[in-house]
Amino acid sequence: MTGVRVAGVGLTPFGAHEGRTGRDLFAEAALAALADAGVDGDDVEHLNYGNFMGALAERQGHQAPVMTEAAGLRCAGTRYEEACASAGVAVREAVRAIRSGENDVMLAGGMERMTNLSTAEVTESLAVAADELFEVRAGVTFPGAYALMARAYFDEYGGSREDLAHVAAKNHANAVNNEYAQYQREITVEQALDSPEVASPLHLFDACPITDGASALVLVSEEFAADHDLDAPVAITGTGQGGDRAALQDRADMARTPAATDAAEEAYADAGITSDEVAVAEVHDCFTIAEVMALESLGFFEPGEGVGAARRGDTTRDGDLPVNLSGGLKAKGHPVGATGGSQIAEMTRLLRGDHPNSDAVADATVGLTHNAGGTVASAVVHVLEVAE
Amino acid sequence: MSDADPDVPANTGYDEWADALAGDGYYLECANGHGSLPPRRVCPECGSTDLSEAALPETGEVATFSEIHVAPSGFGVEPPYVTAVVDFGPVRITGIVPGVDGDGIAIGDELRPDVETNGATGNRLIVFRPA
Repeated sequence: MTGVRVAGVGLTPFGAHEGRTGRDLFAEAALAALADAGVDGDDVEHLNYGNFMGALAERQGHQAPVMTEAAGLRCAGTRYEEACASAGVAVREAVRAIRSGENDVMLAGGMERMTNLSTAEVTESLAVAADELFEVRAGVTFPGAYALMARAYFDEYGGSREDLAHVAAKNHANAVNNEYAQYQREITVEQALDSPEVASPLHLFDACPITDGASALVLVSEEFAADHDLDAPVAITGTGQGGDRAALQDRADMARTPAATDAAEEAYADAGITSDEVAVAEVHDCFTIAEVMALESLGFFEPGEGVGAARRGDTTRDGDLPVNLSGGLKAKGHPVGATGGSQIAEMTRLLRGDHPNSDAVADATVGLTHNAGGTVASAVVHVLEVAE
Repeated sequence: MSDADPDVPANTGYDEWADALAGDGYYLECANGHGSLPPRRVCPECGSTDLSEAALPETGEVATFSEIHVAPSGFGVEPPYVTAVVDFGPVRITGIVPGVDGDGIAIGDELRPDVETNGATGNRLIVFRPA
């Protein structure tokens, strides 16, 4: 089985791109990734593309051929949809295709346009990721679902809104120097606490923003990298995916995310590492409580301990395990179908040393990315390592 | 076609199940005692296809809840409204709790299920009322 290298990464700035099309955004990210890799588009054998709500936002289904054309590729493409984990799944399947020997060069990533819709329309579109019969019809929105989980967590383990506010403040601080981040500004714990309530107990600053953006990665086999003398020091050494019941009401414990645990255990075993060896992580913090549950599911903290991690400084840039040095979904933004690819792009830059926050993890050789779909009914985890 | 097997539950859909919540509510129980809700052909816990209807307890306890301030467009219920997940033992059910705000409900509160029609969508709307 061949190893897989991240030969190049490309991102659009995350934020509002008024007047631009999704195909234009993805083309920008794809061309940037190919240029970063030093790989010709004609060498790409397949596009693995993530998108969630394009049929609603742009009335464009069947996006893979549209995006393949937009990126200037002359190969086939496949769209992957797993709600907010769409690009994570697209990358995972590209890794599997390269490992199998079927492909040597893949482009993987995703795109989402969201700001062209009203807040109520985005709320409606994102709610589609929940269980239509048993949650959507009962008024459960995306923030509402995480609010149900947050209250269940507080009831079971303790923790407070102030603990969550520290997660928000930490991730905003990390985004200040990230040129791709939607919010390159700090917020205080008090500002987070004082922001308007969206779905109790969560307030506006517990939530990620509505975002447009695209991500792209050029993934190659080790043999291709060597044969073409590519500068590709970062390898994806572990990949894992987990699933759970779609509706929160059907889960044994609404304060836990076992799909992420399953994905992490598979990825750790695949890479031959343990959670103790991870030096830096990008986790799916669509809401502050999501980061807390991710930290516990990934094995970094015991249940009930994750909620205080940011407040204690464990996960800040000078802590033992910096988390979301990109700014996370919270401050960097969350163009749903692009997010999983952007996490791997950011981790690659962090480990290569060319991310604005690389100095916080200068000696790091092992990083982890965690990308969740819906209320973590699906989860994808990747382990990235500096291979040379 | 053979006659319907009296030991097999009627092929009810979501609407029929929701309508029953106003009177004799039920859930599905598999041969191994796992609870689930229709429409369903297979127990999601163990894969058993031996499903039968069982009486839903008349009341359940609030397991978690949220007062929601931003609703989807066209949902038909104006925010803010309270959504709760209520634990009936073998199954949990999610619905709206009319007439209360986030300060008027707590985990552990006893509620009974009922059903209304969402005038905007025509769909059943599961609601919970004081027990």
